[in-house]
Amino acid sequence: MTIADTHPNMQSAPQSAKEIGDAWSKMVAKRRLYTGIGLVILLVAFVGSVRFADENNAGHFFDRLPHLFDFLSWLIPKDWNDVYRALFDLPSPNGANGAGGEEFNFPLGRVYVWGDFYIPEYFELMIITINVALVSTIIGVVFAVPLSFFAARNMSPSNPIRLVTKRIMEFLRAFPEIVIAGLFSAILSIGPIAAIIAVGLHTIGALGKLFYEVVENIDMKPDEGMRAVGASWSERVRFAALPQVLPNFMSYALLRLEINVRASTIIGAVGGGGIGEELKLAISRGFGAKTLALVLLLFLTIIAVDQFSAWLRRRLVGEHAFLLQH
Amino acid sequence: MSIIDASRMQEIEARYPEVLHRSFRQRFGALTMFIGIVLYGIYAVWFFDLPKVISEARWERVGIYLSEWVSYDVQPEFRISGDKITIKYPRFSPLGDNPHPDWVKTNPDGSMTVSVSGTSRTVTVTKTQAIVTAHGITIPIDIAGDVPKIVGSAPVPSWMTVYDDNILVNLGFAGDASISTDRVKIRKRFLGWANFVFDTHSPFFDKPASEVIGLIVSGPRLDPTQSNLSLAFDNVWNNGAWQHGDVWTKLFQTIVMAFLGTLLGSLAAFPLAFLAARNITPNRLLNQILKRLFDFLRSVDMLIWALFLTRAFGPGPLAGSGAIFLTETGTLGKLYSEGLENIDNKPREGVKSTGSPTILVHRYGIVPQIVPVIVSQTLYQWESNVRGATIIGAVGAGGIGLKLWEAMRTNSNWENVAYMVLLILIVVFLFDAASNALRSRLMGTRAK
Repeated sequence: MTIADTHPNMQSAPQSAKEIGDAWSKMVAKRRLYTGIGLVILLVAFVGSVRFADENNAGHFFDRLPHLFDFLSWLIPKDWNDVYRALFDLPSPNGANGAGGEEFNFPLGRVYVWGDFYIPEYFELMIITINVALVSTIIGVVFAVPLSFFAARNMSPSNPIRLVTKRIMEFLRAFPEIVIAGLFSAILSIGPIAAIIAVGLHTIGALGKLFYEVVENIDMKPDEGMRAVGASWSERVRFAALPQVLPNFMSYALLRLEINVRASTIIGAVGGGGIGEELKLAISRGFGAKTLALVLLLFLTIIAVDQFSAWLRRRLVGEHAFLLQH
Repeated sequence: MSIIDASRMQEIEARYPEVLHRSFRQRFGALTMFIGIVLYGIYAVWFFDLPKVISEARWERVGIYLSEWVSYDVQPEFRISGDKITIKYPRFSPLGDNPHPDWVKTNPDGSMTVSVSGTSRTVTVTKTQAIVTAHGITIPIDIAGDVPKIVGSAPVPSWMTVYDDNILVNLGFAGDASISTDRVKIRKRFLGWANFVFDTHSPFFDKPASEVIGLIVSGPRLDPTQSNLSLAFDNVWNNGAWQHGDVWTKLFQTIVMAFLGTLLGSLAAFPLAFLAARNITPNRLLNQILKRLFDFLRSVDMLIWALFLTRAFGPGPLAGSGAIFLTETGTLGKLYSEGLENIDNKPREGVKSTGSPTILVHRYGIVPQIVPVIVSQTLYQWESNVRGATIIGAVGAGGIGLKLWEAMRTNSNWENVAYMVLLILIVVFLFDAASNALRSRLMGTRAK
């Protein structure tokens, strides 16, 4: 960057070293001023926000700070084996002796598959959550792929279609997921289907944006070739664009799968079924061992999904630096 | 057109063997994947018991809910006891405490007529009959006996459902009527949001806009303790049906949560990212510990942090900010450290060669390169957190999420849901635009 670039008003290059020096110090002073103003605004906003958040909270920050680890200490069980028992739904001696009621009454949540063979309920809930994430990711990909070609500047069949598609995707991205989940749980009764629809619709919007940005960056030479032989729009998409973007699409879809595992957990906590709901219940009822068991299960699953998708991504696309985007 | 002979064909085949002899994965990879996804789809349909869910779905509710987003209803109830018909309106009727709508008419003979939709859909209530006129036919229903009965032998139309002790009349969007022997309940639906500005307890209720403005500008004081302007503002802000004040405060809480969480997360992640980047801090153990810490903070997830912090601080935006802060430290830490690992090393070497201390090497050799990346990522995360913070609100972390969830759970305030959704969408789009504009300026490129 030269000084002339930063000062477009300057008609010709400065004449003397003094002029260059003056221009330079003027530019630096201006930039420092902007930085200073920006920092002051940020500071004021920060202090204001902290006070606002503190006033609107049930417990105030400094009053509650000493109690920050109360919850953690509550989480630490007297008997570590209870976590294991809660996870695999085995009877606990702490419950049988009357020490705790439902908190230790583990043998309740079992799903009998075949005879005496059972899956602990928590594992089934985890499977539900993962399936919600998978199905909604598939829904997202299936709809986002065609939409992205309509929305990309270089491939879109016409400008109005492009703008409408973009707006639809923005809308799907911005629409609060809990409202969709709430609406569909009123229609379909509360359960994972409402969660799938909510997360799926959001995924269409989110993936659509990432996808069309990929499409906009493709090499247009194959497309020119296809045009030259008189290919239709769908043939151009199929043979010129799709082969170029498929690896990136795959990679983003896998990245989205990781995000959706978390999203379906959260949506579960507000009535979408699955492990999120159970976790929220366990915490609100004060079941320490169960909470710890659920957190452990969730943590392990998320790490496993992340690792698996990272491995698959490396295999399919090779090493790529991607932005983590929601 | 020339025809290629066999030798030429073989020549081409020999020249491009990779085109004609592709590996199994290349030839059938896409097909296998497609079949796999279809099979998984079938499994998912079975797993979630989709046919049962669909068959039990109440699709007629879609129309009702969606129409409730943009409309309100008034429900007059006619009670027939002996020789008297009395009208009763619900306690919180959108028409206020003293409703006399002109669509309820008292006829000379003492009967009453409700025009649900003009003159084509009406319900007339007499002491012995309820006469429904709709879709071009008039059906009298006898309500003098033990059960309501349709008079005559006319077939029951499809928009009427006969139960043991009442008859439901569905009049479409315009409303419905429930007819039993001692009472006739009518629901009349209007497009729009009732009492959006002033609720029924406000002295400004049901006055035309010109009169309200006149009162505010130059009217006598309605409340001797405060001016009409402040009274009007107070009435709007504390509107009982719409709770503007509460909704806007909660919306602001959501924005503040996202702002505080992202800012604090970014402040915490910045120094940690320098320690986590392997080209800047050549300590493998420290790099790995910090990177795993970032992974941990991200993967424990906002939901668990929110539940954990609501336990500590009680429900409210502090808990939400804390949850976003912890997740963002993980996310931004990862993004910053990846950005730092991709920097050009030459400026650093240049500054180092002048004998500067480490802090100055970082300040002049690294920071100028990394600032655009940092600002852009942080702005992006802020924007995305404004979007995401509505959802952790629903588990008690403050903000508009909980309000939304409560409005939906009661299953009756769908117009409030619509109002809040609209506000959220406006905020999200504003932030989207602002963050795009800021980012493109700071990055020195035009936004797409």
